[in-house]
Amino acid sequence: MPDYEPILTAGVARTDIDVRTLEGYRAVGGWATFARAIRETQPGQIIQTVIDSGLRGRGGAGFPAGQKWKFLPADHPGPFYLVVNGDESEPGTFKDRLLMERNPHLVLEGIAIAAYATRARYAYVYLRGEFHRPYAVMAKAVAECYAAGLFGQHISGGDYSLDVQLHRGAGAYVCGEETGLLESLEGKRGWPRIKPPFPAVKGAFGKPTVINNIETLSCVRGIVERGAEWFKSIGPAHSTGPKLIGLSGHVNTPGVWEMPMGISLRELIEKYGGGMRGGKAFKSCIPGGASVGFLTPDQIDMTMDFEGPRKCGLLGLGTACAAVMDETVEIPRILYNIARFFSHESCGQCTHCREGTGWMEKTLLRLLAGGGDRGDLDLVRKLADSMGMMPGMSICGLADGAAWPIKTAIDKFRGEFEALCAPRRKAIPAPAGH
Amino acid sequence: MAWKATDIRGVDVEAQETPALSEQTVSEIRALFDRYPTRQAVLLPALHLAQAQIGYLPPKALLEIAGLLELAPAQVLDVVTFYEMYWRQPKGRKLIQVCRSMSCELCGQVGLLDAIKAKLGIEEGQTTPDGQFTLIAVECLAACDKAPVVLVNETLHEKVAVKDLDEILKPE
Ligand SMILES: Cc1cc2nc3c(=O)[nH]c(=O)nc-3n(C[C@H](O)[C@H](O)[C@H](O)COP(=O)(O)O)c2cc1C
Ligand code: SF4
Ligand code: FES
Repeated sequence: MPDYEPILTAGVARTDIDVRTLEGYRAVGGWATFARAIRETQPGQIIQTVIDSGLRGRGGAGFPAGQKWKFLPADHPGPFYLVVNGDESEPGTFKDRLLMERNPHLVLEGIAIAAYATRARYAYVYLRGEFHRPYAVMAKAVAECYAAGLFGQHISGGDYSLDVQLHRGAGAYVCGEETGLLESLEGKRGWPRIKPPFPAVKGAFGKPTVINNIETLSCVRGIVERGAEWFKSIGPAHSTGPKLIGLSGHVNTPGVWEMPMGISLRELIEKYGGGMRGGKAFKSCIPGGASVGFLTPDQIDMTMDFEGPRKCGLLGLGTACAAVMDETVEIPRILYNIARFFSHESCGQCTHCREGTGWMEKTLLRLLAGGGDRGDLDLVRKLADSMGMMPGMSICGLADGAAWPIKTAIDKFRGEFEALCAPRRKAIPAPAGH
Repeated sequence: MAWKATDIRGVDVEAQETPALSEQTVSEIRALFDRYPTRQAVLLPALHLAQAQIGYLPPKALLEIAGLLELAPAQVLDVVTFYEMYWRQPKGRKLIQVCRSMSCELCGQVGLLDAIKAKLGIEEGQTTPDGQFTLIAVECLAACDKAPVVLVNETLHEKVAVKDLDEILKPE
């Protein structure tokens, strides 16, 4: 994409300046947009611009960011909070790390503008506990911002005050779910909350709260600086703006790159991934983190945007980091890996999720060990239909994310699972009277 | 008090005179108080600070944190047991965390973990007798394009091959 001008990763490749420092970031025009926004614009105007831009959440669900901000009650006395989701724990995802490690001031400027637009007095940035390096880089950038008077009381002598606090998690995937994250921020176990009330009404510490992903907020500076029309001109309709898209697994050059959405997986693998490793054939891909499910070999032309994955029977675009599998991969094995993950990470509040993920893991293990039969396979498949928010059986989306890989793997690669099944055991006769 | 703490050796911790938390740790925890609207919100950072000082979270440290944050000890224990990264037992000086999630498995994690086990002579969840190493498998570390990855204490090692293990597993 030679004519594409990077926004999220602008300047990170430069050797003459270091955009991780305040000085370097200012050299590429950094922090000027925030200064102008708090001087010249009303919060409502910024929200409208973000709505018009079509910016959708980059944390997995793709919810329109500006609309979320608009849900905040107009007449609440406050304080309001902005909470930033840097938990990045979805297996196969490695994009927010890049932003935090390489372009921390862009993240922080987006946070500051979003905080102003949502009238937030405090912004909490929740980083997963294992993010030692991203934390160190972000902490340095936050300290620079305080020293330069960009954060704190009465910024630039005006009315607006903002405090930004980094907050480390401690190893729990469910804390990436927005209300699990809020509980965790409040110093509790990360048990997702029943919604409604939604965080916009009753979020962190019981106050109106907006929660957005790191990458979502990293788009905000560009939108406010250059306008909604400019943002919409990047990528297909409904999938506007710059996006980090990643590749891991069986490609020659795994990595994460910034580009407009809409690229096909085939082109992504060939152009960016350097082709399939060892010239092997493409078998499957999980294009947006473990939750979204598996593609078949002939779905390689799926487009990486908010529309493409659903057309291929997946949960959604997810995090747009794709794990590529070649012909040597046994799908049941990778599915077991994923089932083990969800069973380990289920918080245990909802029966269908707690029990379902546990039985999926155990039953798949039995199938892999050669001790299972078709009844087991059908059972796992049925369990997957019974779990999640979609059938109304759980508090949070973790259960849907656990079910989707099971559904797609068994439906799309059924033969591989059947090959693992022993002939059906003789049915045990039911006791008399049943 | 109803909740009587004994540590793993059966010692009555409330009878122990010396505090578990250093003055520095306590002041670092106190410095966070005005960053949050509630004391409870300081719990996760406080536990991180205590663990960084002591290496793990003995019952005495939990009691002291409960006191500082005006929480019931049970609230502290509730949180400590929920999160993977908090250790209630001592661990080795080097915590070897091998990612076991899907992209790392696609890139050879299973063989790598086996090689580490063989080299250290321990299984997952165990500590070497000299107290140098504790080995655990963890879920995705968000560095899948560098798979397989191993986190040693706070240092992430990327694209780790068996031949790199001599270097990574050097005792301190
Ligand atoms: C189980 C589960 C885990 C999640 N993990 C993350 C995560 O690690 N990072 C993230 O940004 N969003 C995660 N989400 C999505 C958040 O709940 C939320 O939708 C998102 O932070 C909103 O930000 P956005 O609208 O900017 O995408 C997760 C959701 C679920 C159900
Ligand atoms: S769906 Fe699963 S992870 Fe989510 S709240 Fe229920 S039990 Fe917890
Ligand atoms: S799967 Fe190992 S770092 Fe993501």
